[in-house]
Amino acid sequence: MDIFLQQIVNGLTLGSIYALVALGYTMVYGILGLINFAHGEVVMVGAMVALMVMKALAASGLPAPIIFLIALFAAAIACMALGFTIERIAYRPLRNAPRLAPLITAIGVSIVLQQMAMIIWGRSYHSVPQLLPSENHEFFGAQITELQVIILIVAALTMAGLMLLVNRTRLGRAMRATAENPAIAGLMGVDANRIIAMTFLIGSALGALAGVLVSANYGIAHHHMGFILGLKAFTAAVLGGIGNLGGAMVGGVLLGLIEALGAGYIGDLTGGILGSHYQDVFAFFVLIVVLVFRPSGLMGEKVSERA
Amino acid sequence: MAQALLEALNLEVHYGGISAVKGISFVVEQGEMVCLIGANGAGKTSTLKALARMLPCRGEIHYGAERIDALPSHALISRGLALVPEGRGVFARLSVAENLAMGAYHRTSDRAGTADIGKDMDRIYGLLPRLAERREQLAGTLSGGEQQMLAIGRALMGRPKLLLLDEPSMGLAPIVVQKVFEVIRSVAADGVTILLVEQNARLALETCARGYVMESGKITLADSAAALLADPRVRAAYLGE
Repeated sequence: MDIFLQQIVNGLTLGSIYALVALGYTMVYGILGLINFAHGEVVMVGAMVALMVMKALAASGLPAPIIFLIALFAAAIACMALGFTIERIAYRPLRNAPRLAPLITAIGVSIVLQQMAMIIWGRSYHSVPQLLPSENHEFFGAQITELQVIILIVAALTMAGLMLLVNRTRLGRAMRATAENPAIAGLMGVDANRIIAMTFLIGSALGALAGVLVSANYGIAHHHMGFILGLKAFTAAVLGGIGNLGGAMVGGVLLGLIEALGAGYIGDLTGGILGSHYQDVFAFFVLIVVLVFRPSGLMGEKVSERA
Repeated sequence: MAQALLEALNLEVHYGGISAVKGISFVVEQGEMVCLIGANGAGKTSTLKALARMLPCRGEIHYGAERIDALPSHALISRGLALVPEGRGVFARLSVAENLAMGAYHRTSDRAGTADIGKDMDRIYGLLPRLAERREQLAGTLSGGEQQMLAIGRALMGRPKLLLLDEPSMGLAPIVVQKVFEVIRSVAADGVTILLVEQNARLALETCARGYVMESGKITLADSAAALLADPRVRAAYLGE
């Protein structure tokens, strides 16, 4: 088996999921200048809600892919409602407060959601039923599952759709105008509150999709899965240049590749001292390197000081 | 007697403990071209921002038959009130065409509005041919004069009845200022009511029919433009004589 190609396949799959989550961070940052640290928890809620629906429908006799789609839809609705509510109660009242204040409420919301998830779903790991085809295929010496192909295609289509929405529609134009100057956009008749709410709805729906895909990919879901996934996606957003949609996509995929290749080769490189369970180290190593050498990210513009 | 389109009564604007506008009252009548002149820091921009609901204020603002001082900023353009802000405020990362489309944002919520937008955009390009050449260019790459033209064109895309202009001559070369003012005059000739804020008092008074002079947050003089141009106090303070 070709390790290099195998890790590229794994990295792309993981990276496209990071990219979906990173888009949620970067969209909110682009418009509000706020790091929505609760976004990882939204992703977790998406995975858990989908899991509940899957379990509830397991005995219904519906075809597996249909159950999956229903679960995904339910997760998207739940996450959109959650994202909307978070913005309404934790961020909107602090719109004109110093930037540190909403950052603190973001962390607070994140902790509250994680604890609530633990109370509702328990602290154990849940196994996620395999509803999508997961046949293994040989691909130039690497193994690629049908699930991985589905994840790659769905993520790519979703991101293409988002780019169309942002660059080609009236809503997208208003979002970009509001991101650049909310007061002036207001003069054009744009209700900034509506645009911000829409941003949270879209970002949360992307988060729901990512949560469902990542739990399907690993076959497990748990109440604290959003924390590390959120941090990594945030890293991806910073790597690409936070506030920049294309940057979030590139950053996500790159981070996935870096992690996968790092995990694949770290054993050989360190003579077996460090194993692939050090995978998580790479993301944060990347975060530190980017913050030191290129704080505006690969595709980002120069950002002024914001707490 | 023409009808008052805009009327401010005892308008006050405060920044924390500092009051920038100290209870001013003025009227702009339908179809008029009125200017508000004064030195830096007199409170002109604060006045316009209060009228456009971008700043909290006290007092009353009447627009047409309605009181607008409690409305949010984004509710004004659909009523026909547009502001071309100080410093132009074009969306630098949007193209020229997208900036113009933003100007018509409130009209695109219904189908009837959408149909006319292409026509209006062509009209703006006819009025401002430099923009037509640069329609796909990002607004941030335009020169200052072109950005000012774009800001005015964008406001016109909203089909305003009342156009508030904040220092359209600021930072522009004299020849460009002439062009900008030609455009403003042609907009007024189309029947748009204009309230112009300017530091360039001579140009403003030569363009408008009436003027108000603002000093330290108060209106100190109000008269026809001709009378103000002849007023020795105005000549000494604002026309450099």
